[in-house]
Amino acid sequence: MASVTYDQVTKRFGDVVAVNNLNLGIQDKEFLVLVGPSGCGKSTALRCLAGLEEISEGQILIGDRVVNDVPPKDRDIAMVFQSYALYPHMSVYDNMAFGLKLRRTPKAEINQRVQEAAKILGIEMLLDRKPKQLSGGQRQRVALGRAIVREPAVFLFDEPLSNLDAKLRVQTRAEITKLHQRLGTTFIYVTHDQVEAMTMADRIAVIRDGILQQSDTPQNLYDYPANVFVAGFIGSPSMNFFDATITGTADEMYIDTGTFRIKVSDSIKARLTDGLGRRVIFGIRPEDIFHPGYVSAGINAVKVESTVDVTELMGNEIFLYLMAGDHSYIARVDPRGHAHTGDKIEMVFNADNIQLFDADAENQPSMLKLG
Amino acid sequence: MRGLRKHRGAILVNLALAVLVLIWLIPSVGLLVSSFRDRFSIQTSGWWSIFPHREWAVVTVIDPREQGLDANAPMDVEGVTGTFEQLREGVEAPDGKRIKWIGNRRIGRIEVQEKQWAVNWGFTLENYRQVLMGKDFEYAHADGTVEIIPGDDFWGAIFNSLAVAIPSTVIPILIAAFAAYGFAWMNFPGRRLLFILVVALLVVPLQVALVPLLSFYKSLELNGTYLAIWLAHTGFGLALATYLLFNYISTLPRETLESAFIDGASHFTIFLRLILPLSVPALASFAIFQFLWVWNDYLVALIFLGGNPNFEVVTMRLAGIVGDRGQDWHLLTAGAFVSMILPLAVFFSLQRYFVRGLLAGSVKG
Repeated sequence: MASVTYDQVTKRFGDVVAVNNLNLGIQDKEFLVLVGPSGCGKSTALRCLAGLEEISEGQILIGDRVVNDVPPKDRDIAMVFQSYALYPHMSVYDNMAFGLKLRRTPKAEINQRVQEAAKILGIEMLLDRKPKQLSGGQRQRVALGRAIVREPAVFLFDEPLSNLDAKLRVQTRAEITKLHQRLGTTFIYVTHDQVEAMTMADRIAVIRDGILQQSDTPQNLYDYPANVFVAGFIGSPSMNFFDATITGTADEMYIDTGTFRIKVSDSIKARLTDGLGRRVIFGIRPEDIFHPGYVSAGINAVKVESTVDVTELMGNEIFLYLMAGDHSYIARVDPRGHAHTGDKIEMVFNADNIQLFDADAENQPSMLKLG
Repeated sequence: MRGLRKHRGAILVNLALAVLVLIWLIPSVGLLVSSFRDRFSIQTSGWWSIFPHREWAVVTVIDPREQGLDANAPMDVEGVTGTFEQLREGVEAPDGKRIKWIGNRRIGRIEVQEKQWAVNWGFTLENYRQVLMGKDFEYAHADGTVEIIPGDDFWGAIFNSLAVAIPSTVIPILIAAFAAYGFAWMNFPGRRLLFILVVALLVVPLQVALVPLLSFYKSLELNGTYLAIWLAHTGFGLALATYLLFNYISTLPRETLESAFIDGASHFTIFLRLILPLSVPALASFAIFQFLWVWNDYLVALIFLGGNPNFEVVTMRLAGIVGDRGQDWHLLTAGAFVSMILPLAVFFSLQRYFVRGLLAGSVKG
């Protein structure tokens, strides 16, 4: 049971900076997800914590202990890899017992812990098999089991679900969440899949090009993205962005994209006092755009004339790919809101749920951020 | 239509392969057959005469003096005419018979021969018995004389060869596996340079090392000992062994090793518990290479063990059979086959690894 602290951690590979001045605190028993596009340095950050890479600058603490020079085995961590990384010539039991044997744990205790972990993961009947006789999902369970039996202070996961098929991934996702609740240990989980991040995390840290963009709860990340990148990265389908200018007067402000304009509601207007004439990036999530026939009650509706480009029926909802002038965007609408390619529809935007970013400072938080 | 053509193509390919294999095998088959033929047969006819074939057989023998023939002039015999020289070559009569003068002008004889089906097998296990049992053998010639043939003690040579080949295979594998792991998975300054140096040693022909090594051994008084040849073979084999094993070991999945590190394994534990068991195909394929090479080696053995007759290895013994008794072909064929049995056994017992090991690294999974 331990907290983890990245204190100004930088990792370079030659001239490439993989992790750039990372400051991140992870509390005891927290489930933190490091998320970002591939090659952003999230895995490197995790490997530095595991001790598989030496950091170039800064320090990493597990609990109160600086672990910069502590070898992996003495860091009290366990890691689950994307490729499972099982020992192919050992049985499942031996795979799980390997770490304990190396630590000279008494045989009876090894047996008890392995059986217990196998029971938690539902792999008791597989203990005698070799990894090659197992399916992908079963292998990943064994990898989890190998981590569990060690009873480490911190669990590290490096994209553990990426090799599984879609259905199994959803299932295993829930199991890992349950496991976290059951074990009550610090979990640090790396993924490029924002859905995994949103569904599992207590807190998400979004990384891009080695730089931490934002770390917050999933809900806050969704509602108050720190910059355009985070806004676009979190949420599926991702947020629509339009280049726009703020026009009108102090009393009656508009966000003008050139093709359509949205009247700024009173609640938002107050925070845009010096906004007139500013070039902005206007963002709205697909779920805040409605089919005219099925508009939720109580929204600040703004109509936007659009043409349907592509429709994707998902069953419980429809994704509409639309064009408004030369702006393309995606709407996620009620499944009854049928539309066909080429149809002209007056889509309804919820003008209360929008983000505005300064076009000259994309790395700055939304101009609408509270406080 | 297409299926048929495809089928025909496959047959052609198989046929071509079968022919190639056959051509490739002919010398060994010949050797094998010869090793089961008796001394006389080997010396008088080729191994292929075990197949049914037509050859000249004597029908009647004519004494030219009884017929009053003069060998200095053309002669009339059995309806053909020829000089002595022509008859020596053999003159064929119109009825298919051949008239041949055997021997010299004065006391020779004339044979009337006819083509008949024949099989010259002369099957015997005597060759093997003589090679392996090391006893003297009596050999009765057709004319009733008895020749005493000294046998050959091959067993001693086989044991000497084993005593050379097994350590010469195991020692370099052990060292090379450690080295390959170090080069593949450990960080130390100069790693690349050292590895390049080791691989570069592959181009050094072992012959250039023989004389310096010999004088070096002399100062250590190692010449003519097993240790000398073990070390020599280890040194000569190490570059290739390190290179082959490095290629395999460096393709083992990194995450598996990292997992072991986190599980608490040291480099040594990882080597023993993970690398060695996972590298069995590569180790086995190199073991075959090295064993065959050492077993078949003549030069290195001759130089470092040649001075000591007690340590004569199989290849030296074989050379001895030819050299000491140039005419004892029957012993050479049997000895050659005996010397092949062990390499064949090694190869077939490890061959599934051999094929896998040669492919190692080229195909994932």
